[in-house]
Amino acid sequence: MKKYLISLQVGFFLAFRQIKRASIGTTVLIIFIMTLTFLNLVVVNGILVGLLTGSYEQFRDRYSGDILITPQERIANIEKSQTLVSLAKSLGGVEAVSARTVVSGKIRADLGQNPSGKESPNENGGSVVGIDPEDEEKVTGLSDLVLEGKALEPGDEGYILVGASLIKEYSNFADANFPGFTILRGVKVGDKVRLTINGSQNGSAVQISKELIVKGIIKSKVDQVSQRSFVLDSELRKLTQNIDLNVQEIAIKTSVPDTGEILFALKSQTDLSKVRVQTYKEAIPSFLRDIESTFGVLGNVIGGIALVVASITIFIVIFINAVTRRKYIGILKGIGISARAIETAYIFQAIFYGLTGSILGFGLVFLFLKPYFDQNPLDFPFSDGILAASVSGSLARAGVLMLITLLAGFIPARIIVKKNTLDSILGR
Amino acid sequence: MSGELETQVLKGIDLNIESGEFVSIIGPSGAGKSTLMYQLSLLDHPTQGQIFIDNIEVSALPSDQRTLFRLNSLGYVFQDYALMPELTALENVVLPMLMQDMETDAAYAKAMRNLERVGLKEKADNLPSQLSGGQQQRVSIARAIAHDPKILFADEPTANLDTTTSREILKVFLDLHKAGQTIVMVTHEKEFAEMSERVLELKDGLILSDKRKK
Repeated sequence: MKKYLISLQVGFFLAFRQIKRASIGTTVLIIFIMTLTFLNLVVVNGILVGLLTGSYEQFRDRYSGDILITPQERIANIEKSQTLVSLAKSLGGVEAVSARTVVSGKIRADLGQNPSGKESPNENGGSVVGIDPEDEEKVTGLSDLVLEGKALEPGDEGYILVGASLIKEYSNFADANFPGFTILRGVKVGDKVRLTINGSQNGSAVQISKELIVKGIIKSKVDQVSQRSFVLDSELRKLTQNIDLNVQEIAIKTSVPDTGEILFALKSQTDLSKVRVQTYKEAIPSFLRDIESTFGVLGNVIGGIALVVASITIFIVIFINAVTRRKYIGILKGIGISARAIETAYIFQAIFYGLTGSILGFGLVFLFLKPYFDQNPLDFPFSDGILAASVSGSLARAGVLMLITLLAGFIPARIIVKKNTLDSILGR
Repeated sequence: MSGELETQVLKGIDLNIESGEFVSIIGPSGAGKSTLMYQLSLLDHPTQGQIFIDNIEVSALPSDQRTLFRLNSLGYVFQDYALMPELTALENVVLPMLMQDMETDAAYAKAMRNLERVGLKEKADNLPSQLSGGQQQRVSIARAIAHDPKILFADEPTANLDTTTSREILKVFLDLHKAGQTIVMVTHEKEFAEMSERVLELKDGLILSDKRKK
């Protein structure tokens, strides 16, 4: 045990002085490479995961709330919707509830025109959502999403908000051109459009139309929102002759981080064979979760490559250092310094480079990059990308980097130290 | 087959060096002087034969034991000084003592005494690059004797020095010898060799003569 301690002491003695009296430029360059490696490990993965994290947050903040209640497949609406809404509003920790009537409909903009048979009609289909503007505002802040015009207000009968994805001039799919694809063209705020939805009259299904004025155009990074149109729920119910007040979506915003108790209370009062009560994460479309796991793998692959590059860099640095100092390593062995102490000196140097690089990288991530991206998210089409980096995750990555660095420092030192002492001294 | 030819450098050497002796090994290039010194000082390993120091068959020791033996019992002065460039004069001298687990303050104090002994106390904090050749060789001697080795080996210690500095270095060796240090020195300079008390002359791997001063 004692000889290990002596080797450590002498190894540190040598390493400290080698680093202290090494070329500052070289030392800075090596540390810079290690810092970049750490950033590559944490930031690339963090941005990739952050894209999805940002997307999840958008989904929650702009669409689902913290809890989303929807009917099970093949069920038309949420049974006893108003009871559930009242229950939700009475629960502690619930901040706001928005009940939405969702129907499929078609919006046509070429009113008063008679397109020739050769021209496709200026229309688009999608979901039409009936909302209480005040409730919706509290849950999703819909007015923030208004790109042009104004948001709906209570009493705005005869008005409609149209999702940007439905209008060519605002849609991300504006240049899509394939058979069967229709999109509204040239629709502006103040234009009159005709909304056609499926309703019922005297118990039989009929198509009901109403002309509405476009009050605003809304755009969100959540597709579910941008592809929808919004009218007052009272107006939509009138059109559909819906008198039971059952809705298709109830979005609940909470003020507590753990929604477990609220979820339990809602589920216990619900027939779960007919109604889905989900957290926003459960409600997120599976393709997003698939992307998350793909990005995770991608981040790890890129991180893995960064680790290999870092280990090769350290290996080369230490190897060149050890090779050019082979004569001195021979002399050290010649005067009785143990191989272990000499190897330890190189390991300490590798640790110094790895640790300093990691500490600088850590500081850069948590003192600069993360706060910066939180304030200025990356503008991606489907989310506001943030830097998803946790202290524990970054520490784990720094640990892996240190381990790799340690090995990359030890192996070349070992190769050189193992060489014949006299050959090293005489340089043969 | 390695493809290397084995050359027998030393032939039938039978040599006994007494404690406290100052032995010079001389001879022309290729005579085997350095090879003999490397074998005696455990820097190289004989393919045949035995070497004993204090009745220990050191030639049979495994590599790590040889390193330990060199640390505790042998000192080296190399032709090109062989100081660690990133260590100061004092740090170069203290290093073997730290490896011997000597208490740090005591080791530094002893290193300083040894630098003083070779006349370089004022240069203790200088790096080798800030010292002249003669000063570097003195530091090398201070390092070699700091841990009180049984035998001090010197491989052409004056080869890179001018005559005046060489004489100064030789004086340091003579002073050490007077203090009881066993010294084995390889040299080209017959004049310097004759300052020692015993001169071994080698030629073609054989001891040509073994002269002791009376």
